[in-house]
Amino acid sequence: MTMTTSPTLLRADGITRSYHGAAVVKDVTLGIREGESVVILGPSGAGKSTMLRCLAGLEPVQTGEISFRGTRFAAAGEQPKPLRGEIGMVFQQFNLFPHMTALENVTLAPRRVRGIPAAQAEAEARDLLVKVGLAEKVDHYPFELSGGQQQRVAIARALAMRPAVMLFDEPTSALDPEFTREVLEVMRALAAEGMTIVVVTHEMGFARRSADRVVFMDAGQIIEEGPTEETFDRPRHARTQHFLAQILAH
Amino acid sequence: MSFLDYVFSATFFQSAGITLALTVVSMVLGIVGGLLLGLVKTSSVAPARWLANGYIWLFRGTPVLLQLIFVFNVLPGWGLRFSPFTCAVIALSMNEAAYMAEIIRAGLLSVDRGQRTAAHMLGLSERQILRWVVLPQAARVILPPTGNQFIGMLKTSALASVVAVQDLLLSAQRIAAANFDYVNTLVAAAIHYLVLTTLFTLAVNAVERRLDVTRRASARRKGPLTPPVMPATTGGN
Repeated sequence: MTMTTSPTLLRADGITRSYHGAAVVKDVTLGIREGESVVILGPSGAGKSTMLRCLAGLEPVQTGEISFRGTRFAAAGEQPKPLRGEIGMVFQQFNLFPHMTALENVTLAPRRVRGIPAAQAEAEARDLLVKVGLAEKVDHYPFELSGGQQQRVAIARALAMRPAVMLFDEPTSALDPEFTREVLEVMRALAAEGMTIVVVTHEMGFARRSADRVVFMDAGQIIEEGPTEETFDRPRHARTQHFLAQILAH
Repeated sequence: MSFLDYVFSATFFQSAGITLALTVVSMVLGIVGGLLLGLVKTSSVAPARWLANGYIWLFRGTPVLLQLIFVFNVLPGWGLRFSPFTCAVIALSMNEAAYMAEIIRAGLLSVDRGQRTAAHMLGLSERQILRWVVLPQAARVILPPTGNQFIGMLKTSALASVVAVQDLLLSAQRIAAANFDYVNTLVAAAIHYLVLTTLFTLAVNAVERRLDVTRRASARRKGPLTPPVMPATTGGN
């Protein structure tokens, strides 16, 4: 379901992110509309993750600005203003808090940032852990969980702040193949219920089935973007064609 | 008199209490100071880092005995008059802070950056990140060397005897000076020190076990648990 009419939630305008003078993201403009699921594709080193981190407000930008619901929170030459969990993020390495159980991981931010009473936060966290299929694991520590289970706890943890958009930075790249599917299922369900998601991934199957729109990046720039099917079936740009041919060949 | 008579004498128990109090108070203040210095050392404000480095350079680069005598003899001239015990606490804790700063800094740096990033994205403030995410994990790294420092402090506290703090060593020396029974008085003091260091070691081990999530996990479910290969980290290092 492509929602061309829904309002823009997150918008990057001409952003550049460079390290020691070398631009990793170059003059990128991208808008994410409410309810949309966008997958960012491209070869390694294309700047996809860095771009996502910019959208999350985790990286200062050297040019351009980024706004959330029309309010600018990052601009050239200043540290991004911290948001209060409105943008949820899921990382390649999960980054669960190892000294806390699954439940404690999920309740920490609602309790400390939103001041939600413990009992209520726990009830909501249990619901979220049920939703990601981990009803049995609420009292487990991260080291007792498989990679797929850890990543699902991480998704529940981000959802607990009721974010308006969820950013996924290669969420299955650190997983053994048998655990990839369970994480993608959860993400697909989220997209289906209308959550706005932006995903950097190499999972072409997921992109094809779950994305409303794909964005193809190379060498720090957006080369091509468009509705999923159209872009997959009739890529306009030579580099997109080359990338898709290579990755779909095996 | 045998050394046992000294060991169980009221004088030795009192002075062991003074040694213990001096150690604990100096160590607690040293840890607080070390935490502040450690945080400053890992901060992004360069002048603050220089200040912290200067402090550490000064207090690690000069003998603690010199610092102690300085506090005792020089501060009164500046109008700062303290009891011998307070002088000893000031010198020992300021010296300890310099060492704890390095230990705490190493602990803070041992926590994966991804932990802060994840907490930041959840909306936690810098202080909340430190309190709920970074320090509990850094504690596992900080604790073992801090236990060593504690035991070191117990023995270093004997230096306070030179500024007339009635600690174990000074008591032993005073009794020996009166009756020349050096062997038994010093052995009795050594026994008190050994008992204290042993108790400290046991206490540190107990705290270490409490911070071990693998034990917490098995205790919570009271079931047998296969030991994990990598406790307390979730990859990504």
